[in-house]
Amino acid sequence: MTQKIRVLVAKPGLDGHDRGAKVVASALRDAGMEVVYTGLRQTPEMIVEAAIQEDVDVVALSILSGAHMTIMPRVLELIRENDADHMLLTGGGIIPKSDMAKLEDLGVGKLFGPGTSTRDIIAYIQNEVTERRKLVDD
Amino acid sequence: MSTSLIERFQNGNRLALARVITLLENDATRRESLLSTLYPLSGQARRIGFTGPPGAGKSTLIDRIVRVFRLQNQTVGVVAVDPTSPFTGGALLGDRVRMQSSWDDPDVFTRSMADRTSTSGLSAATPDVITALDAYGKQVVIVETVGVGQSTLDIAEITDTTVVVLTPESGDSIQAMKAGLMEIADILVVNKDDRDGAGTFSADLRMVLEMRQNMGDWLPPVVRTSAQNGSGIDDLHARILEHQTHMNTSGQLEIRRLRQGRAAVTRAIDERVTNILSGVHEFESIMGALSKRVAGRDLTPMAAADIVLSKVGL
Repeated sequence: MTQKIRVLVAKPGLDGHDRGAKVVASALRDAGMEVVYTGLRQTPEMIVEAAIQEDVDVVALSILSGAHMTIMPRVLELIRENDADHMLLTGGGIIPKSDMAKLEDLGVGKLFGPGTSTRDIIAYIQNEVTERRKLVDD
Repeated sequence: MSTSLIERFQNGNRLALARVITLLENDATRRESLLSTLYPLSGQARRIGFTGPPGAGKSTLIDRIVRVFRLQNQTVGVVAVDPTSPFTGGALLGDRVRMQSSWDDPDVFTRSMADRTSTSGLSAATPDVITALDAYGKQVVIVETVGVGQSTLDIAEITDTTVVVLTPESGDSIQAMKAGLMEIADILVVNKDDRDGAGTFSADLRMVLEMRQNMGDWLPPVVRTSAQNGSGIDDLHARILEHQTHMNTSGQLEIRRLRQGRAAVTRAIDERVTNILSGVHEFESIMGALSKRVAGRDLTPMAAADIVLSKVGL
């Protein structure tokens, strides 16, 4: 089946800088994906609940506040608690390389820093979702 | 496999509901077998459509009205449709931004859908998704169409109560007298009631409604709301219930459900015919050649259609 890639784009935390999230959401849309945008000030619980109801392939978070080491593991934990492991958790923001490595060890997908080309993000999501869909069987 | 998905669905597992919706939207083969299971389970929910121009406040209003239904202990499913780009096939589904007050309520399930370039303000799979939410046990199913102007009529073919949401800026009485959106309204909402002109516009709408002939015995009420500050929401809720009681007692519900059944069969026939045609040997190149002749004014579209249909003996 030719299923559109569905991505949830959310911005956890309290700061209001959502330009990055909007740029990425628009780029994914223009790459033919269906992007569910939930906006600012989302808690990990809100994000995962929306991701489940929307049955997305990808949860993409924009984190600029420095809270990534708290938020990312919590979102991952909730995804797993809800048996939604097939979802790819990825994202971007101001995240030090060493933290990116730690998060990837936990099972978070690739994280993207400032200056990333949206083409790289699109290619990464397309490849990863194609691979993951081969494994999902319902 | 399929059985366990349906079992989990029937046990109220929301992941299973979410996956069933995905399959209904994307997988033509699974869709048929799923629907044959879901159809007999559905038909109980009250179906309410919200339509109206972009930015009228439909999402915010739905967010508010869901809370009222929840206070009455009704379980709610929401389907929110946003447009697909005809150029890229992508879509930005943003209705959830304004539908967050029930995020942690297990009895509210909200799903965003892209219209997949259908022009009806809904997607081809929207009726199926309503069926899924209904079969899942949602007592109220609310559908939000793509923001539309004057001619989206399909919503009235899949819901029992159609709420048309306008704002004081939506136009004067002449706009309101034009055919289309106004005629499908069971209830009219003038949202953003705090803005200038809300009173005049509401009065204009009432006048236009009262001038209409062959209305049957339901005169669509005009409800003034402000989704943002919450005024008028209880009134809107009461009007929705009133309309539903009217539908039940007047026999209109049965008539409308019959019409919906007919529309559903017509859609299924269209879909089958389209599938059969696209299976025609070298369909694309035939279409290409015919389109060229039609564009060159060498052939009428109807004659071209006949040529294609003759390939399958129609």
